[in-house]
Amino acid sequence: MIGLRIESREHTPLWLNVTLPLLAVAATLILCSGLILLAGANVFTAYEKLFLSALSTRFNLVETAVKATPLIFTGLAVAVAFKARFWNIGAEGQLLAGAMAAAFVGARESLPAWSLCPGMIVAGIAAGALWAMIPAVLKTRFKVDDVVTSLLLNFIIFYGMMALLDGPWKDPLSGYPDSPDIRMDAEFPILLHATRLHLGVLLAVIASVGTWLLMRRTTVGFAIQAVGENPVAARYAGFNVNGVILATAAVSGALAGLAGVGEVAGLHFQVMAGLSPGYGYTGIVIAMLARLNPLGVVPAAFFFAVIITGAEAMSRATGVPVFLADVIQGTALIAMLVALLFTRYRIRIRRFSHA
Amino acid sequence: MPDQPPLLEMRGITKRFGSVTANDGIDLTLAAGEIVGLLGENGAGKTTLMNILFGAYDADAGSIRIDGRSADIRSSADALALGVGMVHQHYHLVPSHTVLENLMVGQTGGWRLDHGRIFKRMEEIRSRYGLDLDPRGLAGDLTVGQQQRLEIIKALVRGARILILDEPTAALTPQEAEGLFKALSAMAKNGMGVIFISHKLHEVRAITTRVVILRQGKVAAAVNNDENTSKRQLAELMCGRTVRPPQKSPVERGDALLALESVSTANGTRQGLKEVSLTVHAGEIVGVAGVSGNGQRELADVVAGVLDPNGGRVMVAGSVVAPTSARTMQDMGIGRIPEDRMGTGLITSLPLAANIVLPRIRERRFSRFGFLKPGAIRQFAKNRIAQFGIKAAGSGVRTGTLSGGNLQKALLARELAWDPRVLLAAQPTRGLDVSAAGFVHEQFLALRQQGSGVLVISEDLEELFLLSDRIAVMFEGRIMDILPIDNASVERVGLLMAGVQEAA
Repeated sequence: MIGLRIESREHTPLWLNVTLPLLAVAATLILCSGLILLAGANVFTAYEKLFLSALSTRFNLVETAVKATPLIFTGLAVAVAFKARFWNIGAEGQLLAGAMAAAFVGARESLPAWSLCPGMIVAGIAAGALWAMIPAVLKTRFKVDDVVTSLLLNFIIFYGMMALLDGPWKDPLSGYPDSPDIRMDAEFPILLHATRLHLGVLLAVIASVGTWLLMRRTTVGFAIQAVGENPVAARYAGFNVNGVILATAAVSGALAGLAGVGEVAGLHFQVMAGLSPGYGYTGIVIAMLARLNPLGVVPAAFFFAVIITGAEAMSRATGVPVFLADVIQGTALIAMLVALLFTRYRIRIRRFSHA
Repeated sequence: MPDQPPLLEMRGITKRFGSVTANDGIDLTLAAGEIVGLLGENGAGKTTLMNILFGAYDADAGSIRIDGRSADIRSSADALALGVGMVHQHYHLVPSHTVLENLMVGQTGGWRLDHGRIFKRMEEIRSRYGLDLDPRGLAGDLTVGQQQRLEIIKALVRGARILILDEPTAALTPQEAEGLFKALSAMAKNGMGVIFISHKLHEVRAITTRVVILRQGKVAAAVNNDENTSKRQLAELMCGRTVRPPQKSPVERGDALLALESVSTANGTRQGLKEVSLTVHAGEIVGVAGVSGNGQRELADVVAGVLDPNGGRVMVAGSVVAPTSARTMQDMGIGRIPEDRMGTGLITSLPLAANIVLPRIRERRFSRFGFLKPGAIRQFAKNRIAQFGIKAAGSGVRTGTLSGGNLQKALLARELAWDPRVLLAAQPTRGLDVSAAGFVHEQFLALRQQGSGVLVISEDLEELFLLSDRIAVMFEGRIMDILPIDNASVERVGLLMAGVQEAA
């Protein structure tokens, strides 16, 4: 007879930290292949279309990178916040705050042309940071649960935005609930001719390295980790715990706000209802998949972008519904959470010594 | 009854964790009616061995027999079914449930909760062993000693015939410990077997019949506990070398370094300080005695700067500190060895190096313009690790993987790195083995020699009498008296701890 049991580990080997995300992805694909079979398609063709179409041509590759950009920002936002155990579920709302601030600044006729791009970035950072500070202030001042407040603020800002789009920002010509376009001078420069590869993509990669440096190489990151891991010990060691949580919220909100800036200044040039199909929430999954490592956020976001852009091609070619992409995202989160168990525990296989 | 098999027989138990052999061919037998003391330094393998017996780990090799029958223990449920009960150092109770309800947890017997049967079992246990508790009281309202009693009753209700106690007296008052020992002796008389894990040699001497000593994962000795066995001998078997108590040489007392002047605190329902006045001078060790919960924690928090008093003054080296904060007290030269090493002292999930520089990360040597200097941090940590002989696989190892003694050394390595004016130490040797405790004491005495002050808060009177120049006794938030060590006796301190002021 053979039995399995779970034992706690004393050490986490290094190779596990690297391979676990990959194993989680592999498990996800195996689990989701059942759905492809149910949809009556060939698993290999479907996955081939899903993954390869997003990478096959230069155009598709650029589109995938563009898609990954807001996901990198929101993933970073969540990764920073979660390191401090500030449960920011509100990257979605902070993204919208940043987008609206950018759309507002970018449409100002009174501003000189050169100031528009930097102005949009600064405004987006400030708006995202301020929106994220609300749950942080409520948490530090009144001990209100940050999961609940940061989540519910998403709806408040979304419907606030819709009111704006149906009112003052409504397009007077078409009557659509779209904000006025930003000025041509406010659009992010294109990095690669005849594609949509805009400045925001580069900013996202820079932000990832910058966030890594912040977390690993500065006293701020040191304080964020100390407070996140043990706020009591951090307080006794002389850290201002509430101050650190507020600073974390500001950094996190600023990153999410940049996601909104990039979408407005680089892609849509306006704010509309469908600006974010849940990038803020997907950022949570990406941050978990990256194990809260800012550098890991880039490949994790790229992986998700591949799935999202590839889903269309897969659907067209094989008839598997595009919603498989959503299922894969959800399954990947669960698989990663299970995989994280194995950093702390291991499975032992035992043979019973006697009957 | 020569033919009766022993209650418990563990043979050749071996357990490896990676490259570390925690248990290496350990034999242990326990007969009915015996209390076996399991002694060993931290990391000697006691806890691993007991976890194997209680089903938390699988042994890599070896066998366990209970009542002569081979036992396959794969979970704590298996262990309980075979009559093995364990009382851990940390209790597992549901605070919002009553005592009786806590005893129901894990009871089998379908959907019906049989309160009556458990109640009857409680009565039996009370009459037999003198373990008394109000079945309707909430577990959350129990004192530490009562919680432990509930854990013991829980094990007995589940039919334990072999009872394992892991450092059971660490958090008990002397009176509570006395009660526990009576109950354990009664259990042994009733044919049960008890395994008693402890660092406190005088307790092991007092209640066990036999002592098994582990060293580096092996059985170093198994001796009968009779008049031929001395405490000293046990200590030497445990450490594998001779141990000498640290020597205290006379030191000239200097200026007042830390002074509390009628400090009071109000802190919700917790015991506040009431007009506490206490001075620590240069070259002096002041001990604070008292039953836990009489204001010692608040005293420590005031000195650490995390609890700002609402009356009185705190002075360091002659200047008033107001308002106090953890940062200002550190900057004024107050070092701190907290009672709760893992909770308020170290951040166990961070690397050891991060913990060693934790309160000083903003100093120029570790960071510049907000940027860390990883090389300098690592080098500093390495030096401290080497200097204090901390057993760790490197400065980058996760702090939580260190043993209790090494955690305490890490705290000392950190706090002593900045030559504190006054070192505040709460329960500095709780849970430490003989050599680690000796190391800690030597450090305190060295500080005293250098002209620093040390404030030691401890429930271990032996420790206080060994170290202190003066002993302050706390009761209900007040300092009952401060006795120069030459005028202090255990009896006098004990009375003051109970709140009895001597009628002169």
